[in-house]
Amino acid sequence: MASHAGRAVATEAALAAGAAARRAARAGITSRLTAGWHEAGGPATLREHLQRYGPLPQPGRNRALIDAVTAAGLTGRGGAGFPTGIKMRAVASRRGPAVVVANGMESEPASEKDKALLARAPHLVLDGAVLAASAVGADSVHVCLPRGRRRLAEAVEDAVAERERAGLDPVAIAVRALPHWYVSSEESALVHWLNGGEAKPTAVPPRPYEKGVGQRPTLVDNVETLAHVALIGRYGPAWFRRAGLPDAPGTMLVTVAGAVRAPGVYEIEAGTRVGDILAMSGMAVDAGPVLVGGYFGTWHHAEEVAGVPMAPGPLRAIGASPGTGALFPLPADCCGLAETARVLAWLAGQGAGQCGPCVFGLPAIADDFAQLAAGRPKGPVLDRLDRRLGQVGGRGACRHPDGAVRLARSALSAFAADVRSHLSRRACLAAWRGQPRQGVLPVPRPAGDGEWL
Amino acid sequence: MNPIACTGHGLCADLLPELVGLDEWGYPMLDGAPVPGELMALARRAVRLCPTLALRLEPAAPGAGRRRPAAGSDWRVMP
Repeated sequence: MASHAGRAVATEAALAAGAAARRAARAGITSRLTAGWHEAGGPATLREHLQRYGPLPQPGRNRALIDAVTAAGLTGRGGAGFPTGIKMRAVASRRGPAVVVANGMESEPASEKDKALLARAPHLVLDGAVLAASAVGADSVHVCLPRGRRRLAEAVEDAVAERERAGLDPVAIAVRALPHWYVSSEESALVHWLNGGEAKPTAVPPRPYEKGVGQRPTLVDNVETLAHVALIGRYGPAWFRRAGLPDAPGTMLVTVAGAVRAPGVYEIEAGTRVGDILAMSGMAVDAGPVLVGGYFGTWHHAEEVAGVPMAPGPLRAIGASPGTGALFPLPADCCGLAETARVLAWLAGQGAGQCGPCVFGLPAIADDFAQLAAGRPKGPVLDRLDRRLGQVGGRGACRHPDGAVRLARSALSAFAADVRSHLSRRACLAAWRGQPRQGVLPVPRPAGDGEWL
Repeated sequence: MNPIACTGHGLCADLLPELVGLDEWGYPMLDGAPVPGELMALARRAVRLCPTLALRLEPAAPGAGRRRPAAGSDWRVMP
């Protein structure tokens, strides 16, 4: 009897596991970068890592790696989505020894994926950085992390020490802790800081691939991008392309939060439909519009975005971009205008304070939005916003103002009904459901000097 | 125009209102359109007189060469 019951339970568990696996496969959930994350409580040791993925391919005659990365069609996973092979080739073609910078700053508050990756699979990132270094002719690697995330930096430092003891790498790896604000993760800001300056973007050109750290050609890549490089170096471009779409190959990490039952970091095949990702993480049926791509991203109604593949091309068709891979369906009891106003006010304070249109334009736009959210417009707020949003984009040394403008514009369109009711001084949809909940989109706490905790 | 160097003096808009507008905070807005020949002298002056040296003229078409900015439509005031 007991054994029978035991078997029944086992069968049920097996069925449940099978169903979960099928559901995961349907939703395009895979585990290349995330293999073993759920068994391990902490970072994979070098031994575990090498058992899981096999030995690091011999660095050395590694120009072949650039061809492999190009053939794989890997694009940057830090937000801009630039083809990694082209970037590597550009650095490799410059004269003299190069430098590799692994960008683990992850300044996007709606994104957690780089932190999760570094905390669980630091060796995958370091493998990628080392392979990229030998491919482009670099003798040093800087891993840039925010100095507020001390435990993360310690975990990566431990991993570097483990590799040194094993005598694994032909290049020197240094973990660098940078001040943390939104624009300090921009690639020219990293280079400027590594050269002894402030962690603020510089007017480009010269671009880092021409003249970067120590005036040397510098490859700056997001840590997730480098983790994919590590796998392409091991298994090749054809393997990489087994996941994803022909023009958006591979897997990607996404961060899902907001009106979902299971928020967190997921690895998906690029091109998985946004609706499937949201369903997999248990989106609430009454959720509002979805913020796609983080705080430089765009708001979309769920029905508009659900059937769209999570990939640059298809998202571009609806004016969106995967960005850092963050998805945030707005809970039904929140006001989208109020949430966007909070984020815009925060972004306005996160600029480097260097370019006029950003210094003056973003606070003005944030103030207009605050008036809209409060339903207390001073003058023709929509006309004023329209003019200001048209004036600020594309006029900074970096893309910070452009991102804020994109977010503001998309909020005006996705929350158009709320805009009308706020301006006619009626309650918005969230208020009909009770007092709107405030502060759902995460915004870092300042820690003096503009840095974050 | 180098947006970091620019501090919004607005001299360029005074000299070259045909090509340079100012936003509501007094910072120049350029559309990157080619500089017409008859405005080249003024454009060069605007570049020379910018108090923070934030402006420069660039060939509009790649490969237009390293010629001195000559009267013609293949040069533009660059952001």
